[in-house]
Amino acid sequence: MGKYFKLNTPIPGKLYFSLSVAAFVLLLLAWQLGVTVGHLPPTHLPPPGAVARAAVELAGNGLINDIGISFFRVTTGFLLAAAIGVPLGILMGSLKVAEAFFEPLLAFFRYMPASAFIPLTIIWLSIFETQKIGVVFIGIFFQLVLMVMDVTHNVPQDLIDTAYTLGARPLEVFRRVILPAALPGIMDTLRVALGWAWTYVIVAELVAASSGLGFLIMNAGRQLSTPDMFVGILTIGVLGIICDMSFKLLYRWLFPWTEREV
Amino acid sequence: MALAAAPRASGKKLVVVNLTREFTLKRERITALDGISLEVREGEFVTILGPSGCGKSTLLRIIAGLAEASSGQVYKDGRLIQGPGPDRGMVFQSYTLFPWLTVRKNIEFGLTLKGMDAAQRRQIVDHYLDIIGLAAFADAFPKNLSGGMKQRVAIARALANDPDILLMDEPFGALDAQTRLVMQELLLKVWEETRKTILFVTHDVEEAVFLGDTVYVMTARPGRLKARIPVPLARPRSFEVKNSRPFLELKSRILEQIREESLKAAAMMPAGGG
Repeated sequence: MGKYFKLNTPIPGKLYFSLSVAAFVLLLLAWQLGVTVGHLPPTHLPPPGAVARAAVELAGNGLINDIGISFFRVTTGFLLAAAIGVPLGILMGSLKVAEAFFEPLLAFFRYMPASAFIPLTIIWLSIFETQKIGVVFIGIFFQLVLMVMDVTHNVPQDLIDTAYTLGARPLEVFRRVILPAALPGIMDTLRVALGWAWTYVIVAELVAASSGLGFLIMNAGRQLSTPDMFVGILTIGVLGIICDMSFKLLYRWLFPWTEREV
Repeated sequence: MALAAAPRASGKKLVVVNLTREFTLKRERITALDGISLEVREGEFVTILGPSGCGKSTLLRIIAGLAEASSGQVYKDGRLIQGPGPDRGMVFQSYTLFPWLTVRKNIEFGLTLKGMDAAQRRQIVDHYLDIIGLAAFADAFPKNLSGGMKQRVAIARALANDPDILLMDEPFGALDAQTRLVMQELLLKVWEETRKTILFVTHDVEEAVFLGDTVYVMTARPGRLKARIPVPLARPRSFEVKNSRPFLELKSRILEQIREESLKAAAMMPAGGG
């Protein structure tokens, strides 16, 4: 038994998996106990069964639609931010003049919370899809650029020097060394940014939307329908995990050469 | 430019003329290299020996064209060096294999840049894989190689590019003692075959004597060349030579010189640092 409690030491895969599952089971158990033994009012904490029933009901009644629309907003905002942010970050990470020009500006914007921009985005972009996408974009773009810049900075100088001594010219060094060396880190950054994108889309939908998971939660709240709120929140969690795992699988498939096991 | 004309006439492979490198650290002017001059013949194996921080790596980087000198010049085949190029291959102390490329792709990196066709690349890579004894690992990624194997591939990669000069910056510094010995013998074997001009930087006296035709001993802060010591040991050398009388005598002679320098360097360090 003691061998499983050594600091920073790997444990068997089966044990790892069982422990992970046990955490979920315990949470469900505690939840049920809170309802039956703790007598918490169902408006505060509905029993798991009620949430499951609400989930089934909602599934047949627009939940898929709400997931779809939120998913669309997240993906569009995320892709837009990545399409501009990744090349810009790489440029800033490899060219000091680009860094000097953009970095202070972006670092300044980074500290303005995206939620503070919501009223402004409503004036600029009305309450259509573009507004929700805009909030997601503002929420992740600045962080993303700066993180991609850091990743690019961290490409070992010795690798770059090696390429020079093998006859590479600056553009070749960029294409053949800096880019491939930075890609796994950029992929990690994107995975983290996608998580934030989900947060911001919900924030946007809570404030000004008539569809999407955030709206579902807001609407359920207005009707004091706590099980529906639970369904909305849990759905976001499940979607988040699916996104995260897809990214990890993609990472393993794209970069079989990395030292790190994921 | 009288200085510029002289090396051209000398016909040496590499000529370093009065090289100085200074930099400012915390407002303090530091002379890393001070008036370094040396000459290397075609096919000569030169080792540069010095304590850590003596600027021997900086010297190598300047010759590679990766760093700039504050003053002085470096000539290769009579031509002034003004930047990095494939004519001066380099092997670093840190592992510098491109981790996203297989062993084969790593070795042919420079050849691909030259636009060489696949069949020719294959032939050259196979040749060097054979020399370093890693043919079975051609398609492995660097993460699956040991430290010694990585450095063997790094040497093969530099040689496959057929440079005029091979610059080696403590390439075996990160390896364990046994692997080091094996690598030294392997390097000598490769050198016997290719007769490349090699500049090899190390802080290990035994390594410097065992490998080199000529050992340059460097001083620390400012980095100067303290002595130029020819190594009259016969070639080809194998590890047995390390126990021979001439080897041991040479080694202790150099150790003495190094010791003076190390003591000086230690005395210059802040309290507690040495």
